[in-house]
Amino acid sequence: MVFLGIVLGAVLGYASIRFKVEGNPLVEKVEATLPQTQCGQCGYAGCRPYAEAVAAGKAEPNQCVPGGDNVAKSLAELLGVEFKPVGGDQGSGPKPKQIAFIDESTCVGCTACIKACPVDCIIGASKLMHTVIANQCTGCELCVPACPVDCIAMLPVKENIANWKWHYPVIEIKKAA
Amino acid sequence: MRTFYKFHGGVHPPEHKEESNRLPIAPAPLAKRLTVPLRQHIGNPAIPVVKVGDQVLKGQMIGAADGFISAAVHAPTSGTVSAIEPHAVPHPSGLPDLCITIEADGEERWIERAPLDYRNADPDAVRLRLRDAGVVGLGGAVFPSYVKLNPGAPAGIKTLVLNGAECEPWITSDDRLMRERAAEVVEGIKIMAHLMCPKEVLIGIEDNKPEAAAAMRAACQGTGYEVVVVPTLYPSGGEKQLIKLLTGKEVPAGQRPVNIGVTCSNTGTACTVHRAVNHGEPVISRIVTVTGNVPEPRNFEALIGTPIAEIIQLAGGARPDTTHYILGGPMMGFGLNNLNAPLAKAVNCVIAASPALFPPPPPPMPCIRCGRCAQACPCELQPQELFWFSHSQNFDKARAYNLFDCIECGACSYVCPSHIPLVSYYRFAKSEIAMRDMEKKLAEQAKERFELKQQRIEREKQEKAARFAEKAAAAAKAAAAASGVEDPEAAAKKAAIQAAVERAKAKKAEAAAALLPLPLRERAGERGENLDAPSPSPPSRTHPHPNLPLEGEGTIALSPSRGELERGFEGEGVKNNTEAS
Repeated sequence: MVFLGIVLGAVLGYASIRFKVEGNPLVEKVEATLPQTQCGQCGYAGCRPYAEAVAAGKAEPNQCVPGGDNVAKSLAELLGVEFKPVGGDQGSGPKPKQIAFIDESTCVGCTACIKACPVDCIIGASKLMHTVIANQCTGCELCVPACPVDCIAMLPVKENIANWKWHYPVIEIKKAA
Repeated sequence: MRTFYKFHGGVHPPEHKEESNRLPIAPAPLAKRLTVPLRQHIGNPAIPVVKVGDQVLKGQMIGAADGFISAAVHAPTSGTVSAIEPHAVPHPSGLPDLCITIEADGEERWIERAPLDYRNADPDAVRLRLRDAGVVGLGGAVFPSYVKLNPGAPAGIKTLVLNGAECEPWITSDDRLMRERAAEVVEGIKIMAHLMCPKEVLIGIEDNKPEAAAAMRAACQGTGYEVVVVPTLYPSGGEKQLIKLLTGKEVPAGQRPVNIGVTCSNTGTACTVHRAVNHGEPVISRIVTVTGNVPEPRNFEALIGTPIAEIIQLAGGARPDTTHYILGGPMMGFGLNNLNAPLAKAVNCVIAASPALFPPPPPPMPCIRCGRCAQACPCELQPQELFWFSHSQNFDKARAYNLFDCIECGACSYVCPSHIPLVSYYRFAKSEIAMRDMEKKLAEQAKERFELKQQRIEREKQEKAARFAEKAAAAAKAAAAASGVEDPEAAAKKAAIQAAVERAKAKKAEAAAALLPLPLRERAGERGENLDAPSPSPPSRTHPHPNLPLEGEGTIALSPSRGELERGFEGEGVKNNTEAS
């Protein structure tokens, strides 16, 4: 029995060195769930810091505003805690996708929004007009307060044939005669 | 007699082919205004290459292929481009899409049409011809044919399958095409076979189309192509099902037929390949079945862009009790929301539906787990499980149960005793999963861009710090120079360097005098050249930073340093931000 104990102990000891997990895999999983808008609406400086806080139990899993209830639900599942809707009890679905739009006639070329954009998707140079790379914009709204002339608007992305999807089948309930 | 390899499941709904397959194909008259959608194929929509007001000729390219998976679109008649704007299109969403509208001048003036001698041409040239002629699969998926007709697989293509099964009820456009234009179809098959070099060519036709099979057999005389009549069972016209039927090979999940050395194309596509290569005519028309609740159901050859309402009128117009219209067949088709939508390359059939022909389905009842859908499924899936997962939006599970192998044939919905619209749930789940995958990809890109920006900011910070350190050192040196106290060590070093330079000069002059023959030296002297002088070199600045003044050159200590200026700007920027927010 002692011998068996020694052998198993050695196996366990070897396994703990051989299969050592580098870093915290939970942080990676949480981060993979987040929408990576880098908007800071959760109160952290980006998705990674928020993921670290959530994994460490310092932040609630329902603070991601762009992700909405879908992300809150997946995070709650991941952490094994009870799901709480984003923004209190009434909950909110994921925000409709928006992208920034620069009114090019008003833009003064101050580069303030370029510095504010966390994903470098505003192009332009000093004293020259700026514009948004629409398909890279995450809709984080960080450029809106940065603009000194208020020329940035968040426009909802309209449904078109390219982004259209089949709806959940809804069966109409008819009144019985 | 060939052996068939039965595929799993299948259903046999009422065929309703006799209504429309008795009369020959009739040409549709030219409409006054034709609206050509730029998205008529899978992949990127075509890019418009004409402007509003341009005169176009029949067959002129008006939209060019954009990227690899794309195809061109063409003017179906001669006339004037009157608009390039969103217009109703035949699509299940009912959303408008970018179209080019052409006001027909009625003259039908063609562009120059040149046949291509494909036997002696580079196969890539033939494929480019197909792309620029807008040839796409007319079986329903509208996949660009030039991409498909490329024997990319290392093992090559063993079997070329031509799909003439036309298994959907009501539709007869391929049936009539094969009966009337079998020779053209065979010419197209020859081009396809030339491009793909298959070992065998099989043409699959369901046994409810004996005339079409006979016509194709006659046309295939002497070519070695085999017409195979397969039993009528829906969905034998599905690509993977027909391949299984004819070759016994199964296309693995998530792969394409080319992975097992088979390519499958529609017979209608073969006909357009022939027109494009041997006649130089792009795809500007197609054969469309108009049937259902109309007085004279038949097939029409109509120009792409003809309003569907006008095509229905050709069949005598829909009867007054028509409730809606179906594009495609009743099993896989979708409702047409707007009759102004034009005919597109994918539209093979328009059915006017009345309550008598298509009684509204009884309300769906709960799933009773009878398993009949699993017996009917031609893909050997578990439709009931997929339904539960799609219904509860458990997408990971749905994917794990191979939702993406579903071909949306509708056999499960057809047999369901609870009348559950199963395919609607699968379509919903599929598009939701696809959308989430795309969002995930975008999120990954955003993360990458965010990290790159963070790295850049960090790098810039370090560079700035390095600059400040350099500048501070320079300023200290300048201050020392201004005070007139020269470092004695530096002065000694300078003198030593100067002496070394003098020595080197003298040595060089000696060597040159010894080497150079005398006449040359004299001539050089005549030209006024000084061979003894060292080669001229630009005055070198010894300061490591090119933009900063050298020692004693400027008044750096008096002007505000760049660092101070930048700090000032940054301070203002921060102030602005806080004010704005």
